[in-house]
Amino acid sequence: MDIPSIPLGYWIESSLTWLTSEYSLITRAISRVTQTGIGGLNDGLMWLPPWALLAIIALLCWKAASPRLAIGAAAGMALIWNLGLWDPMIETLTLVVIATLVAVVMAIPVGIAAALSQRLYRVIMPILDFMQTMPAFVYLIPAIPFFGIGSVSAIFATVIFSMPPAIRFTTLGIRQVPVELIEAADAYGATRSQKLFKVQLPLSLPTVMAGINQTIMLALSMVVIAAMIGADGLGSEVWRAIQRLRPGDGFEAGIAVVILAMVLDRLTQSFSKARR
Amino acid sequence: MDETRNVKIQVRGVSKVFGKNPKSALKLRDQGLKRPEILEKTGQTLGLSDISFDVYEGELLVIMGLSGSGKSTLIRCLNRLIDTSEGDIVIDDEHIPTLSEKALLECRRRHFSMVFQNFALFPHKTVLQNAQFGLEIRGIAPAERDQKARESLTQVGLDGWEDAYPNQLSGGMQQRVGLARALANDASVLLMDEAFSALDPLIRKDMQQELLQLQSRMQKTTVFITHDLDEALNIGDRIVLLKDGEVVQIGTPEDILTKPADDYVRRFIEGVDRSRILTAESAMRPVRTTARESDGPRTALHRMRENSVDSIYVTDRDRKLLGLLEAEEASRAIEAGADTITDYLTQDFRKVTTDEPLHNLFAMFNDKSFPIAVIDEQQRLLGVVVKGAVLDELARAGE
Repeated sequence: MDIPSIPLGYWIESSLTWLTSEYSLITRAISRVTQTGIGGLNDGLMWLPPWALLAIIALLCWKAASPRLAIGAAAGMALIWNLGLWDPMIETLTLVVIATLVAVVMAIPVGIAAALSQRLYRVIMPILDFMQTMPAFVYLIPAIPFFGIGSVSAIFATVIFSMPPAIRFTTLGIRQVPVELIEAADAYGATRSQKLFKVQLPLSLPTVMAGINQTIMLALSMVVIAAMIGADGLGSEVWRAIQRLRPGDGFEAGIAVVILAMVLDRLTQSFSKARR
Repeated sequence: MDETRNVKIQVRGVSKVFGKNPKSALKLRDQGLKRPEILEKTGQTLGLSDISFDVYEGELLVIMGLSGSGKSTLIRCLNRLIDTSEGDIVIDDEHIPTLSEKALLECRRRHFSMVFQNFALFPHKTVLQNAQFGLEIRGIAPAERDQKARESLTQVGLDGWEDAYPNQLSGGMQQRVGLARALANDASVLLMDEAFSALDPLIRKDMQQELLQLQSRMQKTTVFITHDLDEALNIGDRIVLLKDGEVVQIGTPEDILTKPADDYVRRFIEGVDRSRILTAESAMRPVRTTARESDGPRTALHRMRENSVDSIYVTDRDRKLLGLLEAEEASRAIEAGADTITDYLTQDFRKVTTDEPLHNLFAMFNDKSFPIAVIDEQQRLLGVVVKGAVLDELARAGE
C-alpha cells in the first residue's frame, strides 16, 4: 500500500516564504539595525590597538577574578595576536557579544514570566526543548531568506540557539528562592514587583549569571558554525582550512576559539561568584 | 480578664479547609464529623474549625498546640498569608477575609510584623538592610528607615553588627535580627511564629526573658505561636490551647495549670508536669566566665575581677569541669610563684545534671554559696545555677 507522506517540509517552507515576503519590511529593519550594531562594535574593537585591548581584558580578569586568570588571558590573547588571528577573533567576539546581549535581553523577561506563571511555564518549556535539540545547522537555513547571507543571519541563528539556558536558569533561579523568604516579603506587605526586585531577582542573580555564562558558550560555538552562511571570524578561518585541507591552519583557528571561550567562561563565572 | 481592655483583634468562627471544595467539608463538619472522617470522605483536610477568640490591646497572647493542631495555619490567617474558608477576623474595624488585594497589602503594612521560626532573613542584605525591610516596603525615606532600624537593632542588642550578613551570625543573633526587623516596622501587632523554637534551650530562655522585658516596655500586642508548654506558661499573658484545629481552652497560665478544661489539657500538663518544668535546666544561666586548665593564676584572677566574682570554674579544652578556683587560692598561688592553677582547685562545690529537680537544688546552697555547676553526662559544664534564680523560678511557678 502506498501511504502518501505528510508534506511537513513543504508546509514549513511555504510558511517561511510567506513570512519572508509579508514581513520583509521588518526583517530588513532588523537587519539594518543589527548590521549597524555589529559594524559599530567591530570598528570600535578594531580601532583599539591589540595591546590595548589585551591590557583591558587582563585588567578585567584581574579585578573580577585573580591575577592568575589575568596572566593566562593575556598569554592566550598574545598567542592569538601572534598567530595573525587577531582580526577574525575580534569579529567572532563582536558576534558573540551582540548575540548574547540580544539573547539575554529577550531571555530574562521570558524566564521571569515562566517562573511566576505555571501556565506559561508549561508552554515555554517544550519550546525550549525544541530550540535546544533541533540541530543547530537547521536554524541557518531560514536565516538566509530572512536576513540574507552574512553576520545578521549568524546572529539570528545564534540567538535562537543560545537563548534557552538563559531562560531556564532565570526561571530556575527565581523558583529556587526559599518559600519562607517569599512568605516574609508577603507578610510585610510587599507588592508583586517589590517581591520581584527586592527579593526574587537579587537572590536568583548567581543562577541567572550561570545561565548567561551558558548562553555565551553556546553563542560562541554557534558563531563559529555560522561561518557556513558567511559570518566572518574564526569560524570562517576554520571553514577555509577545511576547504583547502590545511589541518595546521584549522587547528590554529580552533585553538583561538578555545582560548576565547576559556577567557569568556572564566570571566563570566567569576562575575556570578562575586555576587554571592 | 479586665473588662475595660480594648480588643485589638477579633477572631470569629474561623475555619480553614485545605482542598478544592471547602463547602462540602464544612457541611460534614456541621454534621458532627471529625477531621479523619472528613479527610476520608472528601480528601480534604480540616485545618481549623470554628475558632473564636479576642486579642487584647497590648497583651502577649500565646497560641499553643502540638504539630498538626493548626496553630501555624491560624497565625497565617490573621494576616491572610492563608485565606480562611469561613468566619471573620477584625482588626480595628477592618475585616481581613474580605479586604481587596490592595487593601490587604496596606493592612499588612500597617498592622502586622512577623517573626519566623527559621528566621527568614534575606541572605543578600546586611543586618541593617534586613531590619529596614518593612520600612523599605512601606516606602519610608532612607534616612528615617536607617534611624528606626538602628534603634530597633539597639533594642535587641545588636549594636555594631549593622554591616554583617545573616550567615555570619549565630542562630540566636539571627533571630534578634528577625525581631529587630519586626520592631522597626512599628506595626500595631507582632506575630511570632515559633520564633524561638529553632534556638538552643539556653538561648531560647534568654530570648524569652528579653521578649518579656521588651514587652513590659512597649506593651505591643503580640500573638506568639509555640508547641512548648513551658514557653507558653513562661511568657504568655493568656494562652489559647489548640487541638486538632479546635480551641480546647483559653485562659491565663494559671487557669490552664489549675483549672484544665478537659482531660486533654490535664494530660498535657501532666505530660510536661511541673516538677519537670522546674529542673536545674530551667534555672540555669550561662556561665559568665571560666578559666582553662592551662591558665595561670594571674589570668584566672583577672577574669574573676573582670566579672566581679570571687570564684571561677576551671575546665579543660573540652569544657569538662575540673574544679573550682577561689580568689584567695589564686592569690596564694601567685605568692607561691606557681604558674598553673591545677593544684589550687577545690572540689568543695555542688554539681548536678540538667534534670535535677529544682527543690533539691535549694538545699544545696551552703554558706559559701558558690553557684551550682550544671553538667552533662560527659562532665561538661553547661551552665550555673545561682540562689536567686532558684528562688525566682520557684516563685514564678506559684509554689
